[in-house]
Amino acid sequence: MWQTAVDILGPDLAAIVAGAIGLVALVQVNTLFLVWLERKVSAHIQLRLGPMEVGPHGILQTLVDGVKLLGKELITPRHVDRKLYVLAPVVVFTGVLACLVVVPFDEELQLRDLNVGVLLIFAFSAFNVLAILMGGWSANNKYSLLGAIRSVAQNVAYEIPLLLVVLNVLLWTNSMQMSTIVAAQSTLWNVFWMPVAAVIYLICATAETNRAPFDIPEAESELVAGFHTEYSGMRFAMFFLAEYSNMFIVTAVATTLFFGGWKSPPLLGFLPVPGVVWFFLKVYALIFVIIWVRWTFPRLRFDQLMNFSWKVMIPVSLIHLIVYAGIIKIIR
Amino acid sequence: MTPLQELVDPGLLAQAAFAVIVVFTFTGALIAVLPRNILYNVLGLILCLTGIAGLFLYLGSPFIALMELLIYVGAICISIVFAIMLSRPLHLSLPKRHLPKVLGAGAVALAVFGVLAIIIFRTPWHAAFVRGNDWSITSIGAYMLTRYSLVFEVMSVVLLVAILGAILITSTGGRRAP
Repeated sequence: MWQTAVDILGPDLAAIVAGAIGLVALVQVNTLFLVWLERKVSAHIQLRLGPMEVGPHGILQTLVDGVKLLGKELITPRHVDRKLYVLAPVVVFTGVLACLVVVPFDEELQLRDLNVGVLLIFAFSAFNVLAILMGGWSANNKYSLLGAIRSVAQNVAYEIPLLLVVLNVLLWTNSMQMSTIVAAQSTLWNVFWMPVAAVIYLICATAETNRAPFDIPEAESELVAGFHTEYSGMRFAMFFLAEYSNMFIVTAVATTLFFGGWKSPPLLGFLPVPGVVWFFLKVYALIFVIIWVRWTFPRLRFDQLMNFSWKVMIPVSLIHLIVYAGIIKIIR
Repeated sequence: MTPLQELVDPGLLAQAAFAVIVVFTFTGALIAVLPRNILYNVLGLILCLTGIAGLFLYLGSPFIALMELLIYVGAICISIVFAIMLSRPLHLSLPKRHLPKVLGAGAVALAVFGVLAIIIFRTPWHAAFVRGNDWSITSIGAYMLTRYSLVFEVMSVVLLVAILGAILITSTGGRRAP
C-alpha cells in the first residue's frame, strides 16, 4: 500500500499525506487517553476509583463517550451568529494541526523540520484564542461572552512571559529549529541549567491551555461552561479535542525546549529504547504534572490571575532573560 | 515523474495556490471594511493578514510569514479585539453612515493606494538572488539591527499607534450612548 502511494504521489507528497493522517490519528488517540487519564488521576486524588466499567480499569470509557457524542444532535440555539458559530470549532482545529507539523517525535519522525519551527508554534497558537473568541461571541450568551473575554485577556497576559522564557533557549542554542534545539541538549538538558525558565514555561503553558488553576474562561461555578456553553455534540467535542491536543502541544514543546526531546535521560543512554518512546514518556509525565496541579489547587480569581502575570511572571522572566543573556555572552 | 505530476502541472498548481491566497486576502480586506458588525471587521482583517502571510510563504520566506501571523494576527488583532470588548455594546443601534465620512475615508484610501502603486512601479526591482542569497534568520536579524534599524523602529511606532487606538476607542466607548 505504501508502494502504491509512493508510485502515485511521489515520495515527498506520500510522506506528507502519511504524516498528516498520523497526526490526525495522534490527536484522537491522545484525547481519548488524556480524558481517561484525567478522570483516573482526579478520582484517585479524591479517593475514588473513577471509570471502571468499560474495559479494564475503564480504559475504553472515553471511546464509548466519543461514539455517544458522534450520535448527538447538533443543536444550534436561536439568535446565534450562525456563520461564526459553525466556523469556530473548525478554526480551533487548524492551529492544533499546524503546530503538530514541526514537533520532533524522534530523530527522523518529524513532518517538517522548519528552521523557524518554534516560531510556527507560537504564531499558530493565536488561532486558538480566535476560535474561543468566535465561539464565545457568536453564541449570544452572556456566559459564553464573558468566558471569551477572559480567555483573550488571559492569553495575551501569559503569552508575554512564555515568549520571554523561550527566548532564553533560543539564545542558548542559536536556532529556532526544533531538531537543532534537541541536538544542543545531548549532553545537558536545558532544564538543568535554566530551571526557573522551565518552571515559568510550564506555568504559562498551563494558563495558555486554560487549565486549572487558570481555567477562568470556563469556570464552571461562575460561567456554566464558559465559552462553549451553547455548544453540543461534535462541535463541543471539537473544542474538547483542541483543548487536550493543546495540552499535548505545549508539553511536547516543553519536552523539546527543556527536557531533551527524544533523547534518553542522562545515564540511561545504554537502554535499547527508541527515542519516540522517551519522547512520549516525557510528554505524558509533564501532562500528569499538569493534571496533578489541576486537581490540587483551587481556581484563581480573575484579578489574582492578571496580577500574577503582569506583576510577577513578566518581571521575573525579563530579569531571567537579561541575566542569562549576560551569562551566555560571557561563556561564549 | 509520478502519475500525479503528469496529471497536474506543478507550475499550474503554484498559480492556483497564488490565486487562492489572493482571493483570501481580498475577501478578508472587503470583510474588514464593508459589514457594519465590528467583530466581523476584525475577523476579516485577520483573514486578510493571514492571506498576506500566505503570500510571503508563497514567495519563499516562511520567517516573514510567521512573523506576520505572530505580530499582526496574534498581537495587533487580538489587541483590537480587546478594544472592541471594552467599546460600545453591539446590541445598541448603530450610528448612521455619513456620506462625507465614507467619501473622505475612500479618498484617503485611494491616495495611499496611489502613492504605494507609484512607488512600486517606479522602483527597479531586482530578483532576490541578485542581492545575495543569504536569507537565513541570522542575517535577517543582523540587517534589522544595522542597515534596516529605522524600519525596525517604525514597526514599534505601528505598535504604539495600535495601543493609542485601543485607548482612544475604549475611552469613548465608556460613555453611555444616547
